[in-house]
Parts: sequence; structure tokens; C-alpha cells
Amino acid sequence: MPFIEVADGVFVRYGVQEEMSAANRGAIANIGFIVGDESVAVIDTGTTRQQGLALREAVASVTSRPVSHLIATHVHPDHCFGHAAFSDLPVRSLGHRNLPRALAERGPFYLEQLAEISPDFSDTAYLAPQETVSDTMRIDLGNRPLLLKAWPPAHTDNDLTIFDERAGLLWAADLLFAGRLPTLDGSLTGWLAALEILRPPGVRVVVPGHGPVSDGVAALQQERAYLTRLRDGVRAAIEEGLDISATLARMENDNQLDWLLFDTNHGRNVVAAYTELEWE
Amino acid sequence: MPQQRKAETFCLHPIAIAVLATVLIISRAPIALADDDSWQDIRASLYGNDRVIHDGEGVITLDAPNRALDAATVPISVTAEIEQTEERYIRAVTLVIDENPAPVVGTFHLFPGNGIANLSTRVRINAYTNVRAIAETSDGELYMAQKFVKASGGCSAPASKDHDLAMARLGKMRLKQIGAWRKDEPAQGQFMISHPNYSGMQVDQVTQLWIPARYVRSIELTLGEKPILRFEGDISMSENPTVRFFVRPDAEAELHAKVIDSDEQTFEQSWPIELDPAS
Ligand SMILES: [Zn+2]
Repeated sequence: MPFIEVADGVFVRYGVQEEMSAANRGAIANIGFIVGDESVAVIDTGTTRQQGLALREAVASVTSRPVSHLIATHVHPDHCFGHAAFSDLPVRSLGHRNLPRALAERGPFYLEQLAEISPDFSDTAYLAPQETVSDTMRIDLGNRPLLLKAWPPAHTDNDLTIFDERAGLLWAADLLFAGRLPTLDGSLTGWLAALEILRPPGVRVVVPGHGPVSDGVAALQQERAYLTRLRDGVRAAIEEGLDISATLARMENDNQLDWLLFDTNHGRNVVAAYTELEWE
Repeated sequence: MPQQRKAETFCLHPIAIAVLATVLIISRAPIALADDDSWQDIRASLYGNDRVIHDGEGVITLDAPNRALDAATVPISVTAEIEQTEERYIRAVTLVIDENPAPVVGTFHLFPGNGIANLSTRVRINAYTNVRAIAETSDGELYMAQKFVKASGGCSAPASKDHDLAMARLGKMRLKQIGAWRKDEPAQGQFMISHPNYSGMQVDQVTQLWIPARYVRSIELTLGEKPILRFEGDISMSENPTVRFFVRPDAEAELHAKVIDSDEQTFEQSWPIELDPAS
């Protein structure tokens, strides 16, 4: 699949809006790289070593500048399980401060799942970041500063976004799902709070973790609408004394915005929301 | 990431492995519907070989989803078809998940004074498996209801979505009165404790991180002097263990919870209950 230049020096390979499968080679998330005057930052590497290698080739086809930074936006395997393709390079590998723990806890499980989907995925390995971001971190690719921001629990408890000042581009990763139903694996209330400040004025381009690149405004609104409705519906059910099963029965068909992959992920989101909000 | 795919994965739990060495034949066959071997071993370890287990019809029914949406949080309900009376009552309900590494979720001990023996809780389900509820009545007979559930990866699937919060909140308890509670009428409540109920994990070669097992071993609920339930369990209970139960309050009293976990830490709390005036 091609890498498309979505802004000057910013290249994205779009993931397909499907579940991971052998047929789509697990390439379901948006991954890519940003080219500075001196070096390149890779942002997410896909699900497999093969995807990581394809990304590495794409970089080489665009520039002779070296990859200096390897950034993981969060623990999910469709985003950072291609990192091993860069393990022989002298790069700075970066992630959220909670990423090493999340990889330790979930990594082996994800590898088993990947191996189940396709034997082609079985040589995949995950790599913990060498450096972690607790709040924000500034890096420079040569006349191209990037601001990395580690978020409180939202999509996961290890979400990292990247702001590229030169292009006015926010790499939101899975804090923003466009078209495809957002999946909740961190904190619903935390995610809604993050959305309030995710896209500050001055952002012109937003790269979501899934779905098309845009100015981000409409996608953000849709995501906020879904998550708000999820929160309010589950809160009301808890208030009424409904248990998880009854809450699911009430909410399972509520696909207001024609999200892709609603049926596969919405019920799980309801359960996640319930187990979070019952402790409010 | 998207919806978890169908795949068998297994918790690593030293105690479970020790206790269930004979049971733990790890089958990678996705459909375990006809595989009663696991159950034969579990049954023998729970009840010996000579006790008869009757079909649960007329005594208990078990409700669980056909397919678990989140394998780490599968709601399970047991409904009693007989009343709890001094003459005959359900004194224990044991939940079993055949294909889990620790198949015995635990046993709820129940008492005749509470009127209704219905229970619901949440469990981890690790594979395609039969789920069973075995009721023991006060005359010593056993009755079983079962249901086949499709799920996978419950134990290894991410335990905590928000790790720091889970640890910060460890031991916090809640009691919810569901609907109105009236004197001398069975009323439903929900008990919750924030606890990772975590099966632990091996040292990870890449990150060298290690999270030890820590889970709730027992829960005891009483209303004044009156026992409501006692649970003894294991890691197959979901994170933040919770149970819905019935109690028949005979007076304003405090509901007391005592929980002991695998680190021998004890958590206790009391709540004054609110009774509506009799209708
Ligand atoms: Zn994700």
C-alpha cells in the first residue's frame, strides 16, 4: 500500500477500515513518517515486521536522510508491532511513560493473537521504547521541531500525540478515529476530557489513527458525539440499577452515525464504559 | 486495536497450575463443546466420583451470553427456581468454567433467611467453554445448569485499562441497594470491590517487567448478625469483583463486608441500609 504525502514532508499509509485479517495483512491503522532537514521520525510501524520493513523502504524511496526517531503512539499492535524492522538502526525509540508496562502486560497476548490470524505474522516482535515521555518532549528533525505529548488515560493509558509545527499537523493517532468506531481501552471520561484540548487553534491538518486525514473538525465532533452518548447512556443505565447485560440490550443497536465496524466493537465499548462509570 | 480475535491464550497462574495439574491439558481446538474431559476432572476434584449431580431443571438456571463481548468481563447470572426456606434451600452455588486455567471461579455459600438465592457476577472466560453452575441444596443434593460460551483471551486480555487508577483505588468498596428495600421482603443489592484480581504474569523478556498475582480469595457479607453470603474464589473472577445478591432485611441494620485477598490483606466496611416504609 502506498505512502501518501498528506502535508509537506509528512507521509501516511492509510490502514483499511476492516478488522485485522490475513488478507489485509493486519494493515488497518494509519502509520507513516515526517521528514526534517536532517533526519526522519517514523510514527507507528504497523502490525508486523513486514509492515515495518515496507515503511523503512518507503522512507528510503523519499529521502536519503536517516531515521533518527521511532515513535510509538500507544500499545495496540496495529500501531507499534512493526518496530522490530528498525532494531538494527541507531534510532531514538520513544513512547508514553506507561508504554513499557502496557507492552509487558499485553505484548505476549497480542503476539499470540497475531500468530492465530496468520502464520505470516509469527516473526513479529514488539520493542519497548528506550526513552519515555511523561508530559511533553520536544525533538527536532532539523528545522522541523516536533512536540510529543503524553496524555492521561483516554483511548488507552499510554496515548502519545505528535504536533509538527512546520505543517501545523497533529498526529492524533487513536485519540481520533475517523469513520471507524472508536474503541475504548483506557478511560471514557479521560478521553472526552482529552478531546476538549486535543485540537488547539493553529492545527490545520489532523492524522487520525484510523480513517482519512482532514482538518479534524468534523471527525472530532463525531467522535465526541459517540463517546458522549455512550457515557450518558451507560450512566443512566447504572443509575437505574441495570446490570451490564440489560445495559447492553438497551444500547447495542444505537448506531447513530453509521460508524464502520460498529457491530464488532460497540458492545465491548459499552462493557468498558460500564465498568468504568460504575465507580464514579 | 479492534475486537479481539478468536484465539486461545492462557493465564499463567502458579496456584492454578499446581492445583489443576491434572486438569490443565491445554487444548487448542477452538470448539470445546463436546469435550467433557476437563469437566470430568474438575467434577472429581470438587465432588469426588460418587456424588450424583442432577440436572438443574426446577432448581437453578444459568444465564450467560452466547458470545462474550469482552472476555475479561463476562456477566453470569444464576437464578434459583426454589425458594430459600428453612426446610429446603440452596446452600452453595459453585461456578465452573471448564476451559479456564483456574476452572473453579469459586463457591458462594448462601443462607435460608434471605428468601431468594439468585446471584450474578462477572468472570473471565479464556476460551470456548462450558460454563456451569452447581447448586448444593440443604439436603446435600447437587444440581447443575450449564451454558456454552464463546470467548477467548479473558485472562491475558488486558487486565486494567487504566492501571494507575486501578492500583490507586485498590480495596475501595461499594454497596448499592437495587430498587427499594422493605422490611421482611427479599431485596437485591450489589457489592463491589476495586481490586485488580490479577492472575500475574511472567517476567517479560523484552521489558523485564513483572506483575505478581493478586486476587480476592474471600468475600463475606452480613446484615447485622445475619449472614448474606460468603464467597471463596480465585482469579477467574473479573477485575473489580462484584456480586448481586438478595437479602431479606428484618430491621434497620448495617451491612458489613469483609474481603481477604491473596496477599492476606483484609478490607472491611459497613454501610447503614435504607428501608422503605412497608407498602
Ligand atoms: Zn488503538
